[in-house]
Amino acid sequence: MSQLPNEPTLAPPTRAGVSQPNRQLRIAIVALTALAMLAALVAPIPAAASAPQARTIEIYARQFAYEPATLVVQRGDTITLQLESLDAVHGLFVDGYDVNIQAEPGKSAQVTFIADKGGKFKLRCSIPCGSLHPFMIGELIVEPNEGLVRALAAVLIVTLGAVVWFWRA
Amino acid sequence: MSQLELTRVPLVKRILVSRWLPWAFIAITLPVFLLAILTGFFGTPAGSRNFGIIFVWIVWWGLLILWMLPFAGRLWCAICPIPAPGEWLQRRALIQPRAGGKLYTLGWKWPRRLNHIWLQNASFLAVALFSVVILTTPFISALVLTLFAITALGTSLLFERRIFCRYLCPVGGFIGLYAQLAPVQVRVKDRVICATHKDKTCYLGSDAGYGCPWLVFPAALAKNTYCGMCTECFKTCPLDNIALSARPLGADLLTNAGRRLDEAYKAFIMLTCALVYSVVLIGPWSVLKETAYAVGTAGWWVYAIIFLAANLALVPGIFYVCAALAQKLARVTPPMRTRRVFIEYAYTLVPLGLAAWAAFSVSFVPINLSYAWQVLSDPFGWGWDLFGTANWHWTPYLAGAQAFLQIPILLAGLVGAIAIAFRTAREQHASPPTALPIIAFCVAYTLVMVGLYV
Repeated sequence: MSQLPNEPTLAPPTRAGVSQPNRQLRIAIVALTALAMLAALVAPIPAAASAPQARTIEIYARQFAYEPATLVVQRGDTITLQLESLDAVHGLFVDGYDVNIQAEPGKSAQVTFIADKGGKFKLRCSIPCGSLHPFMIGELIVEPNEGLVRALAAVLIVTLGAVVWFWRA
Repeated sequence: MSQLELTRVPLVKRILVSRWLPWAFIAITLPVFLLAILTGFFGTPAGSRNFGIIFVWIVWWGLLILWMLPFAGRLWCAICPIPAPGEWLQRRALIQPRAGGKLYTLGWKWPRRLNHIWLQNASFLAVALFSVVILTTPFISALVLTLFAITALGTSLLFERRIFCRYLCPVGGFIGLYAQLAPVQVRVKDRVICATHKDKTCYLGSDAGYGCPWLVFPAALAKNTYCGMCTECFKTCPLDNIALSARPLGADLLTNAGRRLDEAYKAFIMLTCALVYSVVLIGPWSVLKETAYAVGTAGWWVYAIIFLAANLALVPGIFYVCAALAQKLARVTPPMRTRRVFIEYAYTLVPLGLAAWAAFSVSFVPINLSYAWQVLSDPFGWGWDLFGTANWHWTPYLAGAQAFLQIPILLAGLVGAIAIAFRTAREQHASPPTALPIIAFCVAYTLVMVGLYV
């Protein structure tokens, strides 16, 4: 029969808790952080200086990559994607833009849309094409990437708020 | 610390004491596990059409990281099918216990010098290193699952209790670490009662059930890390002294008891792997994916060396520098050894790491979840259509919207890390600025993850 374990002696657990400021200060910290976050989320970000253009981009799909893998366009551009497949049937789905085309070797496909949303959008293969199919990923970056600026600002604002909240002199 | 004892609710108590728990859940998870193995070995090699790949690495993984682990700790361990056959053979019983909770094994004792999770760290790193192949190749995935099952079975017959779960399972290692965040716990109600209870049936077993399969003495439980929530102690305690309680998130991180280097390294490994996977699997750099997939090639060896170096040296090394800075700023007397400071502060990475894994999982689980409908009807990819869903189109759920989940998750993890960092400074009797180097590390990590996702 098993003996009782010789458990290592544990120091009495300290449960002093996490320090918190007094009530008024807490309210002030939350309010200021929330205001700063709101500003980060809604503050206007300067749009691209150049006028929208019509761009035609040839994308080559192979197991398991797009070439080019990263597309950079400006917000407002009219994008025509020409998908050419080099080895198997591949799809091209663009997150956030409801674009989905497919091409097979020798038979390309094309789609035109307006890049009216800024940000980073994944390009994904929508036709099972082999083992790494779920990770056949590219990126469409529509500048300005407002989401990135706002997210980075949110990290810094939340950090500041949390540091003030949990700080105790 | 406030807790709400759930076992005060008679129905909850009745369920936990019933021997049908967790067997009733294992009766579901075990056939699913077996089907995953069978489809992996005999089904289509196309991962997206194979039940094994989709239900293990998309469905189960998503449930584990996004729901079970953050909200129920080690719930998965309670219903995991992998140790079940071995445990039933150990017990020579499925549901009702043998007299005295007797186990039929060779009863080998696990070596005391292996009473740590370094083996789990190693096994997780091994799986992680080959993960690009494991996650995408049904046959290899089935091989790995079978290896787990055989190891669990073998150790059950040789050793006492659930040695595989406690010391070898690569998944159990990080589940235990992150279970410290969970808002539920199993603890004794009154340690004095345990001290005066001579029979210690919770650990030694009785006619009502078996001694703790996890080799845990419930009275000594201070954290969730090594409690598998199997509920055996509820059945064997004759004094109604075990409670399932709800508690604040991260409660275990408020105790500095039992902080160890092996657990600290588990935190580093998980943090690093979440970052590496986000780059390799979710990024647009196909050369990385192809290199990680091409096991055995020269490029793969370079990848392997970099992967292991990042996990074991680079990231912990950077953190060590931050810990050394924190120690310099602390100026406490007598000064703590940097190694101890390093270990103590490593637990700030627990909330950050879980958040990173949740954010990483959001990037691929919803997108690929719709394949589950297809493989339900055609698990082997043989052209079946059992439920009429085999030809449902791929539907990328949350496409374009993942960042709205990922950013709040990462921010929540960062806030948790900052809270724990300041608390750790206080535990060391150091002033708040001491924690700033650690916080800087956490902020830098979060910024990198945000940059990858947005």
